[in-house]
Amino acid sequence: MIAGQVSKLIGSRVKRKEDPRLITGEGKYTDDVILPGMAFFAVLRSPYAHARINSIDTAAAAHPDVLGVMTGAEINDRCAEPFPLFAILEGMQYPERWPMAATKANYVGEPIAAVAASSRAAARDALDLIEVDYDPLPVVTDMETAADADTPVIFEEMGSNLCYEATDQAGDPDRAFAEADGVVSARLEQPRLIPNPMEPRAAVAEYERSTGNATLWVTTQNPHIERMVAAKMLGMPENKLRVIAIDVGGGFGCKINTYSESIIAIALAEHIGRPVKWAEDRTEHFVATSHGRGQAQYVEAAYKKDGTLLGMKLKIYADLGAYAQVISHVIPTLTPSLSPGVYGIRDIGWTTIGVFTNKIPYDAYRGAGRPEAAYIIERVMDLIADATGKDPVAVRRKNFIPDDAFPYETPTGMIYDSADYNAALDKALDIAGYDDLRAEQKAARKDGKLMGIGVTVTTEVCGFGPAAAMGGLGGFESATVRVDPMGKVTVLTGASPHGQGEETSFAQIVADDLGVPFEDVEIIHGDTSIVARGVGTFGSRTLVVGGTAILKANEQIKDKATRIATALLENKIEDTLDPQLVTLEDGLFSIQDMPDQYVTWAEVGSEAYDGQLLPEDEQPGLEAVSFWEPPGLTFPFSAHIAVIEIDQDTGEVSLKRYVSVDDCGTVINPTLVEGQIHGGLAQGIGQALLEQAVWDDEGQLVSGSLMDYAMPFAQEFPMFELDRTVTPSPVNPLGAKGIGEMATISATPTVANAVIDALSHLGVTHVDIPMTAERIWRVLQNHGSRRRGGRS
Amino acid sequence: MPNEISVTVNGTRHTSSVEPRTLLVHYLRDELGLTGTHVGCDTSQCGACTVVVDGSAVKSCTVLAVQADGSEVTTIEGLAQDGELHPVQEGFWEEHGLQCGFCTPGIIMTLHQVLDEQPDPSEEEIRHSLAGNICRCTGYQNIVKAAQFAAQRMQE
Ligand code: FES
Ligand code: FES
Repeated sequence: MIAGQVSKLIGSRVKRKEDPRLITGEGKYTDDVILPGMAFFAVLRSPYAHARINSIDTAAAAHPDVLGVMTGAEINDRCAEPFPLFAILEGMQYPERWPMAATKANYVGEPIAAVAASSRAAARDALDLIEVDYDPLPVVTDMETAADADTPVIFEEMGSNLCYEATDQAGDPDRAFAEADGVVSARLEQPRLIPNPMEPRAAVAEYERSTGNATLWVTTQNPHIERMVAAKMLGMPENKLRVIAIDVGGGFGCKINTYSESIIAIALAEHIGRPVKWAEDRTEHFVATSHGRGQAQYVEAAYKKDGTLLGMKLKIYADLGAYAQVISHVIPTLTPSLSPGVYGIRDIGWTTIGVFTNKIPYDAYRGAGRPEAAYIIERVMDLIADATGKDPVAVRRKNFIPDDAFPYETPTGMIYDSADYNAALDKALDIAGYDDLRAEQKAARKDGKLMGIGVTVTTEVCGFGPAAAMGGLGGFESATVRVDPMGKVTVLTGASPHGQGEETSFAQIVADDLGVPFEDVEIIHGDTSIVARGVGTFGSRTLVVGGTAILKANEQIKDKATRIATALLENKIEDTLDPQLVTLEDGLFSIQDMPDQYVTWAEVGSEAYDGQLLPEDEQPGLEAVSFWEPPGLTFPFSAHIAVIEIDQDTGEVSLKRYVSVDDCGTVINPTLVEGQIHGGLAQGIGQALLEQAVWDDEGQLVSGSLMDYAMPFAQEFPMFELDRTVTPSPVNPLGAKGIGEMATISATPTVANAVIDALSHLGVTHVDIPMTAERIWRVLQNHGSRRRGGRS
Repeated sequence: MPNEISVTVNGTRHTSSVEPRTLLVHYLRDELGLTGTHVGCDTSQCGACTVVVDGSAVKSCTVLAVQADGSEVTTIEGLAQDGELHPVQEGFWEEHGLQCGFCTPGIIMTLHQVLDEQPDPSEEEIRHSLAGNICRCTGYQNIVKAAQFAAQRMQE
């Protein structure tokens, strides 16, 4: 166990191990893989959101540069089964999905055919030689009417576009509303977002015809799940497919899914007898890689005059797009589960309606289901503040789950591991100088300026498993710890970090726990042939679950190493020794009360394989594998404050300050934690102010390129002001909670609240995100600048 | 019709025959195997492909290989000298200026030129100079700090 140990590296700002290769151009991303004889393929995609495919003519593609063509009928025929789904919900219905559309396309971007050619350009050119005859069909784009009786049905065999409608309640919501002094209600939009990791997706496949062995290099957050899915679909044994993902240029959820291109790549490599590569264009990414968010939320909240939130009723529509994938359909169900946030509400009722539309499938995007929840409850808190004329901080404090209530079970069945919301909020208020800010705002308003202050206190669920929370994907992480004859340590982790920096944080854990130098630890990940089975990196689980798996393997290593050390020390002192007297400290195995008699990891490592002095009942080798599944989930939390100003003439919002106090339990490397927070904030702020996928009625993505979709740039942000509280989690021995998503989850409602706060004296109680200049300008035109109540 | 070009990349002269439509970035990556320069978009927005051509930082996805005929190109692979990191590279390592690292080579090449022209930029100037680069991971804060670190190091 780490707790209580005198730490040297845990908690310190160690520079990253992964950086030297990445800052010199030596990273190994999928598109960097170059194989002898490698061909390229391109994918022909449906230009229609919904269309019958009458025929495909590939004759013209018999161009000399073209090495092979595959249509939907061919690739689907090659597959043993369609895409598997996990965590099937009770009563849900869903369409089968195959790698390509063979008879009907259901979203713009759905693969129709693939062409392999000798170069990237030739493959692209050859797409124009394929002729597809389509009959456009009526298009479904609106999630709220998708399941209505008079809406065209996308998958006829299902009879409707409903995936599931889940209604449930905890406590007695009707009682809460009967007892209330008032009710606030709102319709909140969660636009779809495009994840846009800077590395587009890519896949390279090699197929050995003589053995049937295949290798797939792919941009994935979870190589083992990718292998499981691809092997299943292609009817291959898993041990004949190797999946490699060494450096992955960001994922944010959109690289969890196994995509058609992985299946096509392997099938094409097999078909043409040459390795193949596919690399997505950015514009292709917009219609080929899953989106996130996409909900319409109806909330009613019952409150008392003193600001107490008594109960809530929620109706949540989730736009799943044309298909469910992996566990995408489950993500919207996290929204009601987390909707109580950090507040002790008991009565809550909810309906979640997942529908299919003619859009590219939706899936996880940083936060996945929890940002949508935090947005609801943190808007509700401000609506109650508006309605009762109280300060948003006071309303929050009034409703906090008490500091001594943890572990705390919410009415929605979540067990919050540990928290102290007051401490985090106090710190944030202090850093922000909250009272001064309010005074400043008053003065600004007198001068006719629009300044807003947004406050949120939020929590989220992460550190996934246990298995029950994973719907068939597995809730564990694996670690192999290997000490070699030189006493150096290699760790194979089943997690698959892609920017989070676990090559560094894991090495810190190992260095402290085994007492070896940080430089002596190598962390290997992202290769299914090297690493024991793993689950992967998503849901802020890598440190929490993967890090603990390493500690568990270390325990076995230390036990065996101590026995070997005992044998070596016995040989040294020419006497027998009670192994209990041999202790490992600072990387040396020494005899109690005889500090001069010691052996090193190098001596132990060497003996482990040389084996001449090993005790009789001891086998050679010094390697341990551990699989660890957490007993419960972790709940980091945060208190954030944003200060914004609005340009009266243009409606443009500028972010002046952002205070982020986050609690992710034990911190292994503060620098990495802060990096996760910075990046998370940028994504959450981007969602509040800039980003949204816009569709027309024909199901065309209007914001379909980086020219049309607003990604945040450096100029959008001030220097973020960070601090933390540390409330260790009791569910893992590290005490860590995970920090990958917390800041994204908090930032959107914080900035939204700040913007609405700036307008509240004009009578504005809600504006939808993204709060673009145009949208705010329109609000200003409609509300003028006359003061109409709201909070002071 | 392929064209013959001759380009000096990181001090080594290469003579190649390329299709006229080949982008400089694809020439560097696919022909020369210099995969440190990345492709992050197809609309000249992201800056992942930034290299230095004859002293100017350019988006190599927006330049044809034939346009670089006779030029001197520096890519991320050519920035460190004799195993010594360039101060901008050092800044990224010191200040945690990268996470996934995909945008990083392009941003390093951009900042390398920014600091050449303006050795002591303000925070605002640094942020402004990154208007052609997108990073999805870092929120830019530590990229700004990396630039400030490099600026200071280069003045020492
Ligand atoms: S790849 Fe050149 S700007 Fe994006
Ligand atoms: S470090 Fe990942 S995009 Fe910048």
